[in-house]
Amino acid sequence: MSARLPRGGLLIDRQFPVSFRADGRKLSGYRGDTLASALMGAGEMLMGRSFKYHRPRGPVASGPEEPNALYGIGSGARFEPNQRATVTELFEGLEARSQNRWPSLAFDVGAVNAKLSRLLPAGFYYKTFIHPRAAWKHLFEPVIRRSAGLGRPPREPDADRYEQVHAFFDVMVVGGGIAGLAAARQAAAGGARVMLVEQAAHWGGRALVDGPEIDGLPAADWVAAEVAALAARGNVTLRSRFAAAAVNDHGYVLGVERLTDHAPGAEAPRQRLWRIRAGRVVTATGAIERPLSFPGNDVPGVMLASAIRDHLALYAVSPGARTVLLTNNDDGYRTAIALKKAGLDVPAIVDVRANPSSQLVADARALGLRVEFGRALSGVKGVKRVEAVQLCALAGQGSVIEEIACDAVAMSGGWSPVVHLWSHSGGKLGWDEANAMFIPDPDRPPTGADGAGFVLAAGTAAGKLLTGEVLADAAAIGRRAAEEVGQRPGDEAVPRADSTAEAPLLPVWIMPLHAGPELRARAFLDYQNDVKVSDVQLAAREGYESVEHTKRYTTLGMATDQGKLSNINGLAVLADTLGQPIPQVGTTTFRPPYTPVSFGAITGMARGPLFRPVRRTTTDPWAEAVGAVFEPVGDWRRVYACPRAGESTEDAVVREVLTVREAVGVLDASTLGKIIVKGPDAGKLLDLVYTNVMSTLKPGRCRYGLMCTENGFVFDDGVVVRLDAGTFLCHTTTGGAERVHGHLEEWLQTEWWDLQVYTANVTEQFAQFVVAGPKARGVLEALGGMDVSREGLPFLSSAEGVLGGFPVRVHRISFSGELSFEVAVPAARGAELWERLIGLGAVPYGTEAMHVLRAEKGFIIVGDETDGTVTPHDLGMSWAVSKKKPDFIGKRGLERSYLVGAGRKQLVGLETVDPSDQLPDGAHATSGTRPDGRPRAIGHVTSTYRSPTLGRPIALGLIEDGLARMGEVIDFPVSSSLTMHARIVSPCFFDKEGSRQDV
Amino acid sequence: MAQAALRRFSGEALIEEAGPTGMVTLRGTLRSGAILSAVQGAVGLRVPEVRRAESGPRGSVLWMSPDELMLICEAGEAAGIAAGITERLAGEHFLALDLSSARSRFRISGAGAREVLAKGAPVDLAPRAFGPGDLRRTRLGSVAVAFWCTGPDMFELICFRSVADHVYEWLCLAARPGGRVHLY
Repeated sequence: MSARLPRGGLLIDRQFPVSFRADGRKLSGYRGDTLASALMGAGEMLMGRSFKYHRPRGPVASGPEEPNALYGIGSGARFEPNQRATVTELFEGLEARSQNRWPSLAFDVGAVNAKLSRLLPAGFYYKTFIHPRAAWKHLFEPVIRRSAGLGRPPREPDADRYEQVHAFFDVMVVGGGIAGLAAARQAAAGGARVMLVEQAAHWGGRALVDGPEIDGLPAADWVAAEVAALAARGNVTLRSRFAAAAVNDHGYVLGVERLTDHAPGAEAPRQRLWRIRAGRVVTATGAIERPLSFPGNDVPGVMLASAIRDHLALYAVSPGARTVLLTNNDDGYRTAIALKKAGLDVPAIVDVRANPSSQLVADARALGLRVEFGRALSGVKGVKRVEAVQLCALAGQGSVIEEIACDAVAMSGGWSPVVHLWSHSGGKLGWDEANAMFIPDPDRPPTGADGAGFVLAAGTAAGKLLTGEVLADAAAIGRRAAEEVGQRPGDEAVPRADSTAEAPLLPVWIMPLHAGPELRARAFLDYQNDVKVSDVQLAAREGYESVEHTKRYTTLGMATDQGKLSNINGLAVLADTLGQPIPQVGTTTFRPPYTPVSFGAITGMARGPLFRPVRRTTTDPWAEAVGAVFEPVGDWRRVYACPRAGESTEDAVVREVLTVREAVGVLDASTLGKIIVKGPDAGKLLDLVYTNVMSTLKPGRCRYGLMCTENGFVFDDGVVVRLDAGTFLCHTTTGGAERVHGHLEEWLQTEWWDLQVYTANVTEQFAQFVVAGPKARGVLEALGGMDVSREGLPFLSSAEGVLGGFPVRVHRISFSGELSFEVAVPAARGAELWERLIGLGAVPYGTEAMHVLRAEKGFIIVGDETDGTVTPHDLGMSWAVSKKKPDFIGKRGLERSYLVGAGRKQLVGLETVDPSDQLPDGAHATSGTRPDGRPRAIGHVTSTYRSPTLGRPIALGLIEDGLARMGEVIDFPVSSSLTMHARIVSPCFFDKEGSRQDV
Repeated sequence: MAQAALRRFSGEALIEEAGPTGMVTLRGTLRSGAILSAVQGAVGLRVPEVRRAESGPRGSVLWMSPDELMLICEAGEAAGIAAGITERLAGEHFLALDLSSARSRFRISGAGAREVLAKGAPVDLAPRAFGPGDLRRTRLGSVAVAFWCTGPDMFELICFRSVADHVYEWLCLAARPGGRVHLY
């Protein structure tokens, strides 16, 4: 069984035991452990169940590439699923829950799937669940949905806080191993701003484990000295526990800093998402060891050779007491040697190569280790634990030569440089035949706006495998990065290390070479998704030639680890089956993120009350205090209605409407856009952007106007006020202020730059209150200070003055049909004026009453009566479209045949024949049938209300040729059993002469 | 009218609501003699360079766009300054408006001030890239703002009035203890 060794462990501190729980059991590890090393130290190797067959699985790797050892970490509001035990730092009280098993990890009912594996081949869901059709919906899909995914999502809102930060660097170096350290040192030497990040909590990467001597120092000492030297520089930012997730165009790098994952509840953000702009990105991301594809390679206890070495050196744990090494290269020998030196048993080294000769092989032999050349493994005995391996000849079908008892297997299939970040923005790969690996092709880097490459790969990530060449390459790349961003390169010495030569690797993608179907179906490629050699071969036989298609068909590389271990082996098997060279088959696309990014980090501070900005008017605190009902309008929060104590919202709306019709109400209309347009050519500009003429407006007068797009469709409306000869104030819709202001500026800056006009969006400068109703004038007179009489301030006029001590501008415009004054005051005094108006008897009303009032008058609302395909003519507003003006935006659009011909939907009023029927909003009218026999739709309801003024339902709608069909009764089939009948009438239901507003 | 108490939060940076501020938007040909003299006359300052702010005892001038400035002054002076410029520039093509009510102003200061802004704005806030007098019109989180550096680790920020509460809460959260980035 796995165990903690009595001595050693670079990262653990045995003085500080740490207790934690795994599936409820209390266990103990040490400070510095990962969850995986602590579990292994406690004798646990079973850490998960695979996704499809629920096979028992143990850890395979020692880093973020781990596919098997996934846990739900924490509980309640701090629960997070699918966390890799190999990179989860242990902390006191950590709670880990295993996944994808029921009722327990050791005994899992779902494991029956494995028995059915013959029925669940690659692409099984495409094949199996097609017929009968109903079964998909009612049987297969619910079952598959329930079994999909490994971890369960958290049920409570996240208790932690998250944030983001923007940062700018000349050079960003990703990876804190010896290559990253060497590159950063050179890049920073001349003063460039450099960031160096490392995903783990510690620096040094693999060098800590393999311990080469650098500049005469043990690797760990050299790393410590380099980190200290970099930290002492003012121009270097160092971050560990920082995962670079994505390298995007223009050197835009996203990274996640894990601040308190290892110390939950600390007074700090849990994670911070960095948004970095870097002149050059150096990827010193190292390499990941490849598994070997042999039968039984997924039994707990089979691990990457490097991962066993890592756990031994860093945490002093070993997956077993007797470990067989299976390798196709020299590097794997390091694990056998390390185990032997640690006093553990290595019954055999199984090397697929015929007769390699190198220092490492000689070292292993010198230690007395048994080495078997040209051999492979044809099976692993054991279910939840390795019990023995079956030795066979490589070049055979797998006849067992000998069974070797052991409790762990170290496998080494060579290394794959981590090319993900290089590839995210289009960096291309080349194939290194000697080491059988894809490496970044330095001649085809991802390129920036200037055509130059902005990502440089360094060290092992660039395909350099020996320590000496790693350091030399990284230093050169660091210097080059500084030069390329225009910084003086440093003259730091290049660190030196001696490396012994290694014998070549022998790529073996399937073993034994002539394994039959039985064995191939037990050789796993993708552990998490249970994709086997046989699945990829089946896909190839069924015609899947593209690696991208094979990936999706078999789900190879689609698990949470995104194929970090499985991709190369999978495509090599595909290439082999297709009889093509590996580089011709190519890789699947490397997409961000490299490792998962939490939703918390992506959300940052934008949650809860800060989820999105809500724009509030000056009366918002008052409305909140009186218990008003709000509704969102654009980004604004507006008062929908102001119910009194015990009053329903519906009743409040009725009361508010009747108050405006019978007495006086006051509405906060501050959200309406207000744009100042000033200059000698202001009138000319407005004549071009409105459909009607604005230049003839007299100072102090108001005119309603429509704006169209080039296509002739209405996009905003509002009242224009001429303030003086050269200045206009344009009102827009609530949501339209920024859009209209941008529209004006765009035309001024791109097409009509010769017009002398300046604009300013002054929406927020003014609070604007509508005082409306037969008694409105009395309220303003009570405030006093301005002549607001019919003669002094007639309908559609505007005046500036002082009203009750407030500096105001008053417009005589009406959206309710009543006597109405719109009073604008600097927003700083908005709340004060609001309370004064209420004190003088004006009754606050909200947007719903405003909507009802305008609908009774047949006034449109852009966005209700229009939807981007409605012309002024469709709205019956041809009067607002100038025939005299030589040009305006939309003029030519409006002349197109299909906008002027018959059959357009036109705005009409709708009165239900039975007054107890109220047409639903959006209800469609039908008439006759279409060629396919279904009812033909001829229009729809755009607004519908129960009119308190008229005591009956009213509606507005867009109906085909509606203006020519006045009086006609049309059908609205609102449900299968109910058809409402409505008469087409004028859209103006009340005070058709307009006498009430002009008093 | 009684002025509501100004809000203030002390965390990794000091966040202060600045209270009523005079703000005059001035659009015109920035390098023209008319605008130069109008600005000089109003607040005694030069027209700032691109993305810069000029400050003096009578106020500040902010570069807002290639043809737009904002004059910052005492709350009570803005209307007079706007009227004065309008009078002085009669016959020129320009726009001067007292927009003091349209925006709210905050001060952010202290060791964490740069980082607080960097948490929301895609701006290089390293001292050597953003020093006194530097200004950006940018965003903070998802809200449009402008901010400028008034001294070592001292910044002023303006945003539209309707989102002032949002911006204040945002700044306070960004400055909450424990959130130092130690970036500069």
